[in-house]
Amino acid sequence: MARTAGRLGLHVFTYNSYQSLIRGGHTWLKLRISEDKVDNHGDRLNVLIALNQDSIERHAPEVEPGGSIIFNSAKLSCDSSLVREGVTLLPLPIPELTKDMGRLLPVMQNTVTLGALLHLIGFDVEITKALLSDTFRHKGPQIIEQNTNVLGAGHEYAAGQAQPLKGLDWNFTHKRRPLVNGNQMIALGAVAAGCKLFSAYPMSPATSILHWLAAHSEKVGMLVKQAEDELAVVNIAIGAGHAGVRAMCATSGGGFALMTEAIGMAAMLETPVVIVNVMRGGPSTGLPTKTEQGDLNQAFGASQGDYPRMIVAPQNALDCYNTTVEAFNIAEKYQLPVIVLSDLLLAEHRSTIDPEAISADVPIDRGEWATELTPQNSQQGRFRRYALTDSGVSPRARPGAPGLMHVSGTDDHDETGVLISDEHTNTAIRRKMHEKRMKKMDAVLRDLPAPELEGPADAEVTLVGWGSTWSVLQEAAAKLTADGLKTNQLQFKYLYPFHTKEAQQILGACKRAIVVENNYTGQFERHLRAESGVTIADHIRRYDGEPIEPTWLVERVRAVVAGEPEDLQVTEAEAREMGYHYVRLYQKDKTRPGKVERLEGGEWGEPVWNVEIIGRAELEPQGNLVIGRDTGSILAWQPREAGIEAAQ
Amino acid sequence: MMKQELTVKSLDGPVHPDWCPGCGDFGVLKSLKEALVQLEIRSHEVMIVSGIGCSSNLPGFIRTYGVHSLHGRSLPVATGIALANHALHVIAVGGDGDGFGIGSGHFLHTMRRNLNLTYIVMDNEIYGLTTGQASPTSQEGHKTKSTPRGNVEKPLQPLALALTMGATYVARGFSAEPKDLTKLIADAIAHRGFSLIDVFSPCVTFNKLNTYAWFKERVYKLEEEGHDTGDMDAALQKSFEFGDKIPIGLLYREERPIYDDSEPILQQGPLVDQPLGIDKETFDAILAETM
Repeated sequence: MARTAGRLGLHVFTYNSYQSLIRGGHTWLKLRISEDKVDNHGDRLNVLIALNQDSIERHAPEVEPGGSIIFNSAKLSCDSSLVREGVTLLPLPIPELTKDMGRLLPVMQNTVTLGALLHLIGFDVEITKALLSDTFRHKGPQIIEQNTNVLGAGHEYAAGQAQPLKGLDWNFTHKRRPLVNGNQMIALGAVAAGCKLFSAYPMSPATSILHWLAAHSEKVGMLVKQAEDELAVVNIAIGAGHAGVRAMCATSGGGFALMTEAIGMAAMLETPVVIVNVMRGGPSTGLPTKTEQGDLNQAFGASQGDYPRMIVAPQNALDCYNTTVEAFNIAEKYQLPVIVLSDLLLAEHRSTIDPEAISADVPIDRGEWATELTPQNSQQGRFRRYALTDSGVSPRARPGAPGLMHVSGTDDHDETGVLISDEHTNTAIRRKMHEKRMKKMDAVLRDLPAPELEGPADAEVTLVGWGSTWSVLQEAAAKLTADGLKTNQLQFKYLYPFHTKEAQQILGACKRAIVVENNYTGQFERHLRAESGVTIADHIRRYDGEPIEPTWLVERVRAVVAGEPEDLQVTEAEAREMGYHYVRLYQKDKTRPGKVERLEGGEWGEPVWNVEIIGRAELEPQGNLVIGRDTGSILAWQPREAGIEAAQ
Repeated sequence: MMKQELTVKSLDGPVHPDWCPGCGDFGVLKSLKEALVQLEIRSHEVMIVSGIGCSSNLPGFIRTYGVHSLHGRSLPVATGIALANHALHVIAVGGDGDGFGIGSGHFLHTMRRNLNLTYIVMDNEIYGLTTGQASPTSQEGHKTKSTPRGNVEKPLQPLALALTMGATYVARGFSAEPKDLTKLIADAIAHRGFSLIDVFSPCVTFNKLNTYAWFKERVYKLEEEGHDTGDMDAALQKSFEFGDKIPIGLLYREERPIYDDSEPILQQGPLVDQPLGIDKETFDAILAETM
């Protein structure tokens, strides 16, 4: 579907929700299609394709009036109580529709529903047929024919049963666009930038960078190495960087934690390396398949001592490409580690990009190199690898070059690399070397574009964010402005070094700023305060593992502006999800949540959700799950009859 | 630039070693220099990577390229360098704590890869730089500052590990046997594949148990015993021999394909010489995969 829209010349964003399970659990994919570029999945639903009963029950209430719900009527049913007024149902008798098409794989019911969806949203079924032909070319004409027939059956049946959704008047430009995610863009950016060695240890959600590069390794001339742990991974990358190739590694927060000592080493050896941290929910193993902007503190706190490095957080999939290219240039020009803070939202969710927005021809700046020993770059016949210069950058030598032998040490050292710490303390050299390393940061900052206000200059509210939330903040600001509350946005991409002066100037002139971020403690807000002295009183933070979404944000902004306290109670939707989780763990999924009722508590000492648990087949009541709205505790499982497995 | 004459003297580093007088590491450094001279390897073609510890200071005392890296990380850094430029002779050096303690994970896995690397461990059965704590090769019962009632852990057997993990050149040296040690090191550097030389290198300051005299009483030379260096079973047996009699010399040697042989990218020469970036045609083909 996403690729069909892409071929029609529309923009797409896909959001995949899944759990850290190899099989099972509730997974869903959200697709947002637009004529304009979309960089987030939004939080509205027009059409639901439900492939199991759970999906109907969990998502049917989200479908907006005017929308539709597609499902296989031979297996599933949709209770009208779940559906909002103005939503139409499109049940498909799939076995009947496909009875003449041979033996179908179960997965092909998806293709039938896709045919129906194409009708509902007014897409040309032939485009998708061509796409299926391309996709299944390697499987032969029979499989292609079966797939296109099945698709056609869904499309035809839907055309006889339902009207296309109102208000959809697409302008199909038929411009083909790549459909990519952030991890792919980081990988491709590394390829274009001339990265020759990539090392990694598998860790969600960074793993697909490893997969993608391993699959393309030969084609793009990059050595891809899986190593025994992240300690090895980062040290291999630094070793390769030291030998003179561009090298990168990628991980998530847990692996990054193991890498931190070596990141300080890269700074001390003045060896370029690019380290990608695709953040997920923490702390510890945390939320392996959910998103968070929770590793900013870790990135700042990585490794002991003070050392130069760049920390950058890309803003969308396309930006992942450009950021990676830039990361290599900064790393080599200034001979330091660059930390790219991406996150699961960017990493896994695919969106269309304009093909002309990226090019293989990217700027490559390899920095300063010495190729032979000269009186200027030597001292008593020895290469001054760590020459004290105005810029702090000392020309490197490629190991193997005659005459330029030197040792790069993690102990502090003098200009020729001789250690100063083991036998005596040489305060002058220590001071000068430390100053030399640290002053590289001034030059890095001058290379980086400063943040700028986006949106109306005279806004009442300024949303302040960093990294991947860029498009959500932009969309929320536009919506708030359109609704009468003039809102603009200040998004930070470069976190270290930091544009202190610009932050002070811009935020000093804002009427009311609100910091929005995907973590609990407001890591960026604190960073902003530390770097600029700017204190922002209001904030909106999300830390439930889900990304910040535009409508959610609009509501929160309104609440903040109205001075309403944040409601931290368990919501009805959350109570229902807790019910699903409970029956999965303790009732082998034989049951499911039914009605969810709000009670004022009484005996429970807090207001509660009373979640009715019913049988999957007969929908017969099995009992009630009592969930505290304040505490989030499962206060009781009350079976209707004995014999149902009790809570543990 | 003057043409460099290849002598042991020409390999002297900028500063004198800071090791205690009598330290076994002096012998290892001297043998390493002699091995390089014997092999006629030019000093700029050598990269010596160390971790942290007394013996890891070695790169500072020899005139080659060097990286004095982190505690326990010499092997992955050396791996990165060897992958990036396989034209270099990459030699990792360090102590038993560095290689078999904090770096033990890398020790095992680097050997599995059979990269073209030489690893020289200066094994003194003690932590010297931190003034005398038990190390992974300290013997049971050894009273150290951290084990005042005697070490209760079994010592790690580096040679047995190397044999079972796929190292293709496994040897043990003794710094008081410099001629043999030089030959072991020279052969190891010339060997195509991963070579380990575990060198008894006594710590005269903090290990009063495993002294020169202690080793001299016990070591015997494998080559004088007619040991077959192609026999894995015999090598395994010898690798566990540690008591009244301790074998030194080459335990095992095997020729088998190295990591580079199965990595297509490296067939086109050292990575560091390969062009950067990607041509437009390949780039467009990759993008087309996503449309």
